[in-house]
Amino acid sequence: MNGFHWDWAFMWEVFPIILSAAKVTLLATLLGSIFAIVMGLVFALLRRNSSKTIRLSVYWVVEFIRSTPLLVQIFFLYYVMPEFGISMSPLVTGVFALGLHYGAYLSEVFRSGIDGIEKGQWEAARALNLSKLDTYKDIVLPQAIRPMIPATGNYIIAMFKETPQLSAITLLEMLQMAKIIGSENFRYLEPFTLVGVMYLVFSLLAAFGIHQLERRFPKEGFSLK
Amino acid sequence: MSTPIIEFKNVKKCFGETVIFSDFNFKVEENEIVSIIGPSGSGKSTLLRILMTLEGIDGGYINIAGESLWHMLWQGQYVPANNKHLHKMRNHLGMVFQHFNLFPHMTVKRNITEAPMRVKGISREEAEASAERLLQLVGLADKADSYPNDLSGGQKQRVGIARALAMKPSILLLDEITSALDPELVDEVLDVIRNLVKEESFTMLLVTHEMYFAREISDRVCFFDKGAIVEEGKPEAIFTQPQEERTKAFLNAYLGQ
Repeated sequence: MNGFHWDWAFMWEVFPIILSAAKVTLLATLLGSIFAIVMGLVFALLRRNSSKTIRLSVYWVVEFIRSTPLLVQIFFLYYVMPEFGISMSPLVTGVFALGLHYGAYLSEVFRSGIDGIEKGQWEAARALNLSKLDTYKDIVLPQAIRPMIPATGNYIIAMFKETPQLSAITLLEMLQMAKIIGSENFRYLEPFTLVGVMYLVFSLLAAFGIHQLERRFPKEGFSLK
Repeated sequence: MSTPIIEFKNVKKCFGETVIFSDFNFKVEENEIVSIIGPSGSGKSTLLRILMTLEGIDGGYINIAGESLWHMLWQGQYVPANNKHLHKMRNHLGMVFQHFNLFPHMTVKRNITEAPMRVKGISREEAEASAERLLQLVGLADKADSYPNDLSGGQKQRVGIARALAMKPSILLLDEITSALDPELVDEVLDVIRNLVKEESFTMLLVTHEMYFAREISDRVCFFDKGAIVEEGKPEAIFTQPQEERTKAFLNAYLGQ
């Protein structure tokens, strides 16, 4: 058995490679977050639709997505969808899977944020004859965003930490890259340690950023003057 | 006699098992100022909320300016109104709320210009000019750029009045607009209404606990109890010579006579 030996030279050699793979991880997280926020909002608004059929259907879709593992959803999109003529690259598949999965969770965050807006705000909007779209866009969402920030941020960080699951469909993200480097050089310590440190650094940075965003966000919400 | 601007015909309204109106009939003429007084839970606010389409009805008809509020003609028959019809009907009405319901994330000016710009498609310049006039009218010309949370209750309510007026409603509904205010702030709000009716003619329906104000400003006072009008008439008659026992008891309790 080899004793513990940290090889600095090897670490500096693989660092740029891991860093370039980190770009893939960050890209998947960024696009996945945008898609998740859009889907979360769509789910949340449909859950408030006046049609009971739509409300119930969306409820079950959200429950289904939340109750099945992300990896199953990733495999389904990557291996099953081509049978229906829909083939996507690993990155696109990953963005869709992460977006849908976390969109389902975010829809609950958005729903409670919207529910938190006082009844009087809705009534004033109606008395002023504002359309539903204007009521959401100008009155409700600008006030609901601040309370949504912490939970939304936590889910995005969680999503970031789930990106290694995309290595299962051959996406060359950080973990997959570290594994390849390790197997080619018979050294796993440095690449995997680097990946762990990267995740730690990015997660802490993101948590700090979210905290700052929440702190600086106007308490009442925002609007254009 | 002209068509009343507001007409309730056999209106029924329930909240679950609780019946608010079982067979309610009520008319308001154009440019008439009607005060509604009565004990809590008698259906006063519900009446205004139904008119503002914040609450639906469970039976009967309501006409606004000769057109049905909660129903529309479809293939020769009256059917429940769709959103488009309600949107059109709401243009007749404006409402000032007990708890102001100002938009806290918008400046005072934006609170007033938002709906005219979005709903009526008025240009920003025109909406802002109109907002400035209205703020002058309610004595808050210097608060245009403040946020609601920086205002006192009385100032908030005056913005609430300006906001409702910006939509140029023909019927103004005032729902206990001074009930949430400290006593010393009540008059500044009531003065705005006093000036308003001096300068322009309005159809106004106000639910109020300010008996002196109701007496001073109204053409007619209605005493409500348990979802029905127990007594109505000229303010002088209601306040000095009420005929019904329930009216007498209420006024005695209220005015400490």
